[in-house]
Amino acid sequence: MSDLTRDEVAHVAHLARLRLSDEELDRFTGQLAQVLDHANDLRALDLSNVAPTAHPVDLGTVLRRDEVSAGLGRDAVLASAPAAEDGRFAVPRVLGDEP
Amino acid sequence: MRDGWEMVIGLEVHTELLTASKLFCGCANAFGAEPNTQVCPVCLGLPGSLPVLNERAVELAVAIGLALHCTVAPSTFHRKNYFYPDMPKDFQISQYDLPINAGGYLDLSDGTRVTIERAHLEEDTGKSTHLGGTGRLHDAERSLVDYNRAGVPLVEIVSGPDIRSPEQARRYAAELRAVLVATGASDGRMEEGSMRVDANVSVRRPGEPLGTRCEIKNLNSLRSLQRAVAYEADRQVALLEDGGRVRQETRHWDDGLGQTSTMRVKEEAEDYRYFREPDLTELVPSEAMVARVRAALGPMPAERRAALTALLGDAEATGDVLDTVIQGGLDAFVRAAIEEGIDAGLALARAANELGDAQGAGRLDVPAFVEVLARESAGRLSATQAKTVLGDLARAGGTADDAIAARGFVPMSSEALGAVVATVIGEHPGEWSRYVAGEDKLAQFFIGHVMKATHGQANGQAVVAELETRR
Amino acid sequence: MNALEIAADVRAGELSAVAAVDDALEAIARRNEELNVFVHVDREGARARAAEIDERVARGEDPGPLAGVPVGLKDNLCQTGVPTTCGSRILAGWRPPYSATAVERLLGAGAIPVGKTNMDEFAMGSSTETSAYGPTRNPVAPDRVPGGSSGGSAAAVAAAMVPVALGSDTGGSIRQPAALCGLVGIKPTYGLVSRYGLVAFASSLDQIGPLARTVAEAATCLEVIAGHDPRDSTSLPEPAPDLRGHLDDGVAGRRVGLIRELVEGADPEVVAATRAAADALSAAGARVIELSIPELRLGLSAYYLIAPAEASSNLARYDGVRYGLRVDADDVTAMNVATRTAGFGAEVKRRIMLGTYALSAGYYDAYYGQALKVRTVMIEAFARAYEQVDTLLGATAPTEAFALGAKVADPMAMYLSDVFTIPTNLSGHAAISVPFGRGATGLPLGVQLLGPARSETRLVSAAAVLEAGREEA
Ligand SMILES: [Zn+2]
Repeated sequence: MSDLTRDEVAHVAHLARLRLSDEELDRFTGQLAQVLDHANDLRALDLSNVAPTAHPVDLGTVLRRDEVSAGLGRDAVLASAPAAEDGRFAVPRVLGDEP
Repeated sequence: MRDGWEMVIGLEVHTELLTASKLFCGCANAFGAEPNTQVCPVCLGLPGSLPVLNERAVELAVAIGLALHCTVAPSTFHRKNYFYPDMPKDFQISQYDLPINAGGYLDLSDGTRVTIERAHLEEDTGKSTHLGGTGRLHDAERSLVDYNRAGVPLVEIVSGPDIRSPEQARRYAAELRAVLVATGASDGRMEEGSMRVDANVSVRRPGEPLGTRCEIKNLNSLRSLQRAVAYEADRQVALLEDGGRVRQETRHWDDGLGQTSTMRVKEEAEDYRYFREPDLTELVPSEAMVARVRAALGPMPAERRAALTALLGDAEATGDVLDTVIQGGLDAFVRAAIEEGIDAGLALARAANELGDAQGAGRLDVPAFVEVLARESAGRLSATQAKTVLGDLARAGGTADDAIAARGFVPMSSEALGAVVATVIGEHPGEWSRYVAGEDKLAQFFIGHVMKATHGQANGQAVVAELETRR
Repeated sequence: MNALEIAADVRAGELSAVAAVDDALEAIARRNEELNVFVHVDREGARARAAEIDERVARGEDPGPLAGVPVGLKDNLCQTGVPTTCGSRILAGWRPPYSATAVERLLGAGAIPVGKTNMDEFAMGSSTETSAYGPTRNPVAPDRVPGGSSGGSAAAVAAAMVPVALGSDTGGSIRQPAALCGLVGIKPTYGLVSRYGLVAFASSLDQIGPLARTVAEAATCLEVIAGHDPRDSTSLPEPAPDLRGHLDDGVAGRRVGLIRELVEGADPEVVAATRAAADALSAAGARVIELSIPELRLGLSAYYLIAPAEASSNLARYDGVRYGLRVDADDVTAMNVATRTAGFGAEVKRRIMLGTYALSAGYYDAYYGQALKVRTVMIEAFARAYEQVDTLLGATAPTEAFALGAKVADPMAMYLSDVFTIPTNLSGHAAISVPFGRGATGLPLGVQLLGPARSETRLVSAAAVLEAGREEA
């Protein structure tokens, strides 16, 4: 069995900006543990000499020329904003500082 | 610093790169536009958008790396995941275990070599304005976000913990800024935020392991940096001497209060969940690109400092004056003046004092600088007039002739000067008889009064000559 | 009507594009309420474009290889001004200000998008039941699922609403619904089709591809949307391959490997269909051998760490600040939490949680890091297999279409329906699902042909052989 705990699931929910009810916390803990159990077949492998593959294609360095192109008009940008003010996106107060 | 303590300082410097477009999209990279007018699906992080890396940003990052003697290496981009409204994707594309530049150094004029751990590429965030309350972050009612800055290319330069004093921290930041400007990668403007400095400060008894460090943010000038580091080191020493313990935390420098205060405690270690950015390929700067950048790189401040020192020979110049001249990019002015036979001390003083700290050379060109100093040396401009004209030229440019004419600075005829000197002598008979009796230092007294009477137009040497003929 | 016939007739001036579009809109109107296939129908936009196509034909211009062909777009493909929700409440009402490259290319070829098709929320699912807009029913058997996550696109073609539709395939999301609805579905080589404008689920796995009734239609559509795009850094540098020219190449002399791990555990009918497909290829001159690639068994576990990890980061941006849903709260963090909690469904939350966990401090090496190494192991195993054979054969899905609701409560059971399709996404290779055989209750089944990167020409010619073999059987 995976050693995933309810507290860990709650911590992960916090990192992911999700709120889980007690019932969801229980259910998710069980369901995630099941998937992680399935992943134990991977953990059991000795792959210490294997390089990781983060991406399936190796295209080398891909660069774009430093040229300015037209962006979106401000009206188009703010059209989808849940709240806007003074040409900017409005959000409720920010409590924490940027890391 | 109190006896028996040593401070250990490392700096993290972010600099915006002088590209035309942003790091991963074609939006303009320009300061001061109307909010949210330099944005597109990519830098707004709209669903489905994808980043494509700007070649010029890579070249400028390589230029910084080469200037700092780093190894330019194959690198990758990672995502740094955290939620913040300034950050359109709620992750920042940055570099992690494989930065483009690593393992360099920067030599300071005091002989210290500061190691450069890394200088990596990353994207900038947007900017929030906090409204309501007092307008400060914590009591604001709401915030307004402008994403024009989001995606602007940055290089973050991380020094080793090799700095040992607040003065040295300032010296390092000033020298680094000069290097960044010399590479053409940055304009180095701290007040506009295009160069931003965070300081990691800890204290220890010499020889002991590193102490717990605090990171100081909001350092908007070199002066703030120096003050903040000094304050913070004192705070930590006082705490430790009282038997306390330094908490690892991020602290905010308040320039008005002159102190740092807790911003965020790092008890709950940040978990940024770094992983390879799957929307970008690896970044391996080609040998051709590195060679091209290297060839285009002009002389760096250290080299220019050595060249100027050699030219000065025995001429006295303190380290600070020399640093000001070199870091302000004024050495070409000084060298040209010396080559025209102008006194080295005068050239250094005028460059450092009139151009260095004030505004830089601005629109002043080398021939105009040399001409002004030549006239001052020949007694055709007073010192005051020369300083005024240099200021005018830095602001407005043009030729020395035009600037001098615009001010109406014509040399005083010896008759006119003689008349003024005679008047001043007449007004101060006591001082005059003492001067005549051999009290030479009173010459300064008379020069001062003549200057006052002529509104600075008189030449000091000419005044002395007039005094001598009457003595 | 077949897409190629429509295009030929429209280009020849024998059929008006407006009529073709009206046919599609009518078919949608007839069955959409019952099947819940389209979440948005762009009636006016489609008719306006069709009129434009007809005008161009009248002027003597050639609008392109898909002239007047109505197409369905999975609701994770951006089209300027047309709602794009990814089957999620969190994007309700969002109209992108730009179009995906694949959509632009369809438009450039004369195709006419008629609307956005239903999908599992953010493509996370294998049945189109996790959509916030309700499940889609399988047109072949309305009590069954159409598969997923591109179930809406599959159902749109299977219900003859449109001849072709675009889907996206992250772990089988084109091929599995194609199989369950009796269609051809192609998961192209990673990078063959630009991902620009495809709302990301798992960026290193996602690919856009076509679903159609025939190999020729799917191949034509893929040719149109494929080819280098400078807006996607991971786009292959070359132009689109010639696929239509290779449909009749046959398989004579080809070496095909029937892969044990791509049929094991499947229903007996599925195993039988795959063996029959092997026989059909043999009969057409291919040399078929049985092969085992045990490493493929590791795919599912690796996938369910890698895909959620990337998704947890890709879906962070749905925070209520710039677009989509916002649930207000006193401070911005509380607003983020309230918005995401209300906006995402259970499956999306589960995968965000899983991915966040797999990347978090202390677990990265054990889970995500290990999964990336398994990815290497699988790619190397594929490479060894491709030294012996040039094409692999297996089942697409382990079962025929299952009943609505059958696997909703058991995520692991649902995940297992992608077990045969996932390895191709992890390797970035190409695969095509072709209808072949029938399940226990007579529903269509699909078999899968797999090839290395850039093997699409070979795959479509082999698929065409199976297509012909099926018709003869
Ligand atoms: Zn942009």
